[in-house]
Amino acid sequence: MTIKEIVDKYGSKRENLLQILHGIQNQNPRNYINKESISALSKEMNIPVSQIKGTASFYSMFSFIPRGKYVIRVCESPPCHLLGAESIFKAIEYKLGIMIGETTKDGLFTLEGTSCLGICGVAPAMMINEDVHGNLNEEKIFQILDQIQEQEKERIQLCREEALTRF
Amino acid sequence: MINITMNNMKIESEEGTTILDAAKKARIKIPTLCYLKNVQEPGSCRMCVVEIEGVRTLQPSCITHVSEGMKIYTNTKEVRDARKIILELLLSDHPWECNTCDRNQDCELQKLAEEYGIKEVRFKSINEELPLDESTPGIVRDPSKCILCRRCVTVCQEIQEVGTLSPRARGFDTIIAPGQADLLSEAVCVQCGQCAAVCPVGAIIEKDDIDKVWEAIDNPDKFVIVQTAPAIRAALGECFDLEPGTLVKGRMTTALRMLGFDGVFDTNFAADLTILEEGTELLTRLKKAIVDEDKSVALPMFTSCSPGWINYMEHFYPELIPNVSTCKSPQQMFGAVAKTYFAEKVGKKKEDIVVVSIMPCTAKKFECNREEMTDSGVKDVDYVLTTRELGKFIKQAGIDFVNIPDEEMDAPLGISTGAADIFANTGGVMEAALRTAYEIVTGRELPFDKLHVVPIQGLDGVKEASLKIEGTKEEWEFLEGVTVNVAVAHGLGNAKKIIEEIKFGKKHYHFIEIMTCPGGCIGGGGQPRMTTDEIRKARIQAIYKEDEGREYRKSHDNPALKVLYEEFLGKPLGERSHHLLHTKYFNKKDENV
Amino acid sequence: MSRRSIDQILEGKPYKKLLSSEKLQQSEIDLVNTDPKKTQYYGRIVLDNCGRINPEEIEEYIGTGGYQALGMALKEKKPEDIIKIVKDSGLKGRGGAGFPTGLKWSFAAQEKESPKYVICNADEGEPGTFKDRLIMEGDPHKILEGMAICAYAIGANIGYIYIRGEYQLSIQRLEKAIKEAEKLGLLGKNIFDTDFDFEVKIKIGAGSYVCGEETALLNSMEGFRGEPRLKPPFPAKSGFLSKPTNLNNVETLANIPPIILNGAEWFRKFGTEDSPGTKVYSILGHINRPGLIEVPMGITLREIIYDYAGGMSSGEFKMAQIGGTAGGILPIELLDVPLDYLSLQIEGHNLGSGAILIMNETVPVVDFLECCMKFFVHESCGRCSICRIGTKQMYESFKYLREKEANYDELKKIEELAEALKLVAFCPLGQSVASPVLSALKYFRAELSKEIDSNEDYETITREMSDIVFDYS
Repeated sequence: MTIKEIVDKYGSKRENLLQILHGIQNQNPRNYINKESISALSKEMNIPVSQIKGTASFYSMFSFIPRGKYVIRVCESPPCHLLGAESIFKAIEYKLGIMIGETTKDGLFTLEGTSCLGICGVAPAMMINEDVHGNLNEEKIFQILDQIQEQEKERIQLCREEALTRF
Repeated sequence: MINITMNNMKIESEEGTTILDAAKKARIKIPTLCYLKNVQEPGSCRMCVVEIEGVRTLQPSCITHVSEGMKIYTNTKEVRDARKIILELLLSDHPWECNTCDRNQDCELQKLAEEYGIKEVRFKSINEELPLDESTPGIVRDPSKCILCRRCVTVCQEIQEVGTLSPRARGFDTIIAPGQADLLSEAVCVQCGQCAAVCPVGAIIEKDDIDKVWEAIDNPDKFVIVQTAPAIRAALGECFDLEPGTLVKGRMTTALRMLGFDGVFDTNFAADLTILEEGTELLTRLKKAIVDEDKSVALPMFTSCSPGWINYMEHFYPELIPNVSTCKSPQQMFGAVAKTYFAEKVGKKKEDIVVVSIMPCTAKKFECNREEMTDSGVKDVDYVLTTRELGKFIKQAGIDFVNIPDEEMDAPLGISTGAADIFANTGGVMEAALRTAYEIVTGRELPFDKLHVVPIQGLDGVKEASLKIEGTKEEWEFLEGVTVNVAVAHGLGNAKKIIEEIKFGKKHYHFIEIMTCPGGCIGGGGQPRMTTDEIRKARIQAIYKEDEGREYRKSHDNPALKVLYEEFLGKPLGERSHHLLHTKYFNKKDENV
Repeated sequence: MSRRSIDQILEGKPYKKLLSSEKLQQSEIDLVNTDPKKTQYYGRIVLDNCGRINPEEIEEYIGTGGYQALGMALKEKKPEDIIKIVKDSGLKGRGGAGFPTGLKWSFAAQEKESPKYVICNADEGEPGTFKDRLIMEGDPHKILEGMAICAYAIGANIGYIYIRGEYQLSIQRLEKAIKEAEKLGLLGKNIFDTDFDFEVKIKIGAGSYVCGEETALLNSMEGFRGEPRLKPPFPAKSGFLSKPTNLNNVETLANIPPIILNGAEWFRKFGTEDSPGTKVYSILGHINRPGLIEVPMGITLREIIYDYAGGMSSGEFKMAQIGGTAGGILPIELLDVPLDYLSLQIEGHNLGSGAILIMNETVPVVDFLECCMKFFVHESCGRCSICRIGTKQMYESFKYLREKEANYDELKKIEELAEALKLVAFCPLGQSVASPVLSALKYFRAELSKEIDSNEDYETITREMSDIVFDYS
């Protein structure tokens, strides 16, 4: 969708700004809001760019730098911290070779720390995009990440095969 | 009237006043940092907290209103401790560069730290060094020094409505940032400098050009002349602790001579020139519209002397380009005349003449650097210093400003009229233009008390007046009985209001004066801090006094101008005028990213 | 809305009596404690349906008597009657502040301006709290019904649910619930054939804890930075888009239908005199059965740990944090203090959002506080100076303490800063930073002092020397 279509979908009033920003970020393959969208949005909604960026940057779910296809958000709040969030970070850092705020070279994963995700009953916990994972330990993390990587490999394989058939 | 107790003193206070104002009346000072009267009362710096009996937490006095029987304590241990801790915290996130800071001894944070006896900061420094932003000609931002009071954001977003500066990110990472970029040059900024005028610390200042001017003066090959804008003479005194509204034209002239300028001239001379050109332009447009019924003539005509407004128009309302007078601002007219006519007169090459302007304005620094401002063949105006910079300049030279005698400016570029003086304040350009245009058309003086057009005086954001023209001279007969509608707006937020009204056909005017800064140039971004409404009024009063004391009060009476036209320019809007004194504008809407 | 369905709901005749808990999607995070002995203690008010009905089927909610309260309210009661019932019930806001709900409604009801708004605050961000999520996921219609009753009482026709962006399942279920309720005419125009109209829309947050504060939430809803506003004016007078607005927490609204249905007297049978009703706690930490419980106000921490949570999972009880990260830390001495608004207030604590984090002896106080402060640094909005820099300095201080590099006066400094935050911070976030810090200093000062004593350089650091940096290179 173009920026205009997104704005039309939610309405161009200021109170729809967050929803529109969600919409813009969600449709971006790299999970972020780029400069051009903010400029276009500013013209569409008649809000200065400074205010759009100022508002969006207030919220931790919005990013202004390209992120991976899968954004891993590990809870850093006290309940998860008590039950070993630190080791969760270490496991992911080890497995993917990225630190907090970084993205893997293949553009698949971004690792982020986040405040409480409201799933403390199964602490330590994390979200990968919109999926919630709880009761984490090293083994479980490896399993989850392996699965995604496998899935992606298969997807690439399928793409290749399909491309071949078109030759 | 209601009764309250403050520090066990019984005082009477009007209903609806804040504790801060009530305290001021009772001669009790409550410290503030983010608060700025008539600009913002966000209650967020927490410096002004006081104790109110029966209230659990301390309350910010700048936004808490008094109520009957309220018992207020402004100096209890809790209050003092809280203020000290806040100051310690602010200082722990502030670079300790006071000695080399532009705001040394003029800094609200430094002053409060001294007043509250901060002898040590127990917190370790967590100040992050952020890059200095010197990307624009007028404004320098030093985000490391910012204490996030957000005064700049309020003036930029709500008063000027330009919307350049906004808080970004959150919590401790919050910064005040331009547009969606890191550098001011990458955002739309009109360079009005109102942000610099309200900053309590050294986080936003004008670009310091004093050293460049020193260098020019030190160079024996250069003939360095200076022009001073009308608004300086009513404000410069404040840099030397004189009462706001003290006229210091004579002392300023002396000081500039003592500084070593080879000619001390007046932007007022060029302001008179502007009136002749702009007045003629308006009458020409009216003639084309009424007599020739030329539909392509753009009316209303807007004034063009305020460079912040020009920047704003180019970025946000480029469709108005045909409506804006093609006249250069007085500063640039002066530069163009100085490097041609005057250079010839004194037998200097234009390359050897250095024109320095003293302006109440940061946007003038931008304006003199515009590429098209080189009609003399070289850069028409070389350096611009703000009023504040001139104050420092004079101090650097060790001149005892308060006690030096008055002197007169040099001829011919120092000769001017009262009409030029009032260019300094909102409504002034309009009044000056009317004084001349009315007389051109009718042959009689503007029929107002002391020549003042009362409806366009004062600090209302948008003002309007109508003037019925009767008894015209023969050549202007087509204007007989015509009512000329004029409007005046100051502050870009008000300019926006007026433009939107015109756009939607709600209002119809012939001539509109726009000044970028609230109050006009006397409230410019380069004027001594802080400019409150009281100070604006004092400066305006001084300007009107100056005008009324003049021998000549109408631009067309300026004897030096008559000579200029005879010897050099020919006539208003003539070929030479057109080349030297008029300019064109550019659509910059695409740069808004 | 058809005659048939109106009658059915009003007369309590359900569409179909169906308890299809087997159909409930049992994702691993649905952790309603289903031990009947404990969780059915006195019966549940808020979580009554959670885990028992399929939240995605409106018929099942109606089957348990759902929307009956709304029908009764619209058909038989005047708005002022509703407010009186809620006032009489003594229900207090379950979001954390504990403000009497009926009183709050009466403020908004008094306002003449229109439109008015009802807002359900579902921006549950307090670490350790997940009750609202479970209510939204397990019984979304109860919230809608509560909102509709509230709207009728205060004279509003538009409602918003502000949900944090992380709660995807809640968003989906509520969206579905709204659609189904609209289909049956339980939301929309002329509800129950009366002239009462009410529509509900969802607003999604984007990751900010402070937006749980009501005025920050309003700013966020209007598309601005989620910074708290000055009060007054209070939202009841000037809230969303400057119109009269009533904001309630999810759990508060979920209490409304049962109260209207059963009366204030019935509600007062639960809990204590000052704090009637039940409270949903999320209990977690070093315990055997983490999860949600709904129990009457006034039970003790000991009962929660050893009766409901199945005891400590490892080690000995050391401390518990009540009310989330913004809450105080209770030592073993306070295990038997009743948990209700009043009793905790007497002890200088606050029930907050109802999160109870149980910790054993392996948790160093300093480490825990450092983590709490990290949270506040991340979530402070940055508007007021003392919270913006104060939280950061507090975090730094605890880091120094943990790293054994603290100064001899570190605790004094922390204490002064916490006191100042409590007294002068702009909003509850900044003020509540003091709760964990001051309570820890009160009960665990000895342990914290040890951190300073173990600074090896401590002996040589004197007041005069502490600021001098020696450069030996």
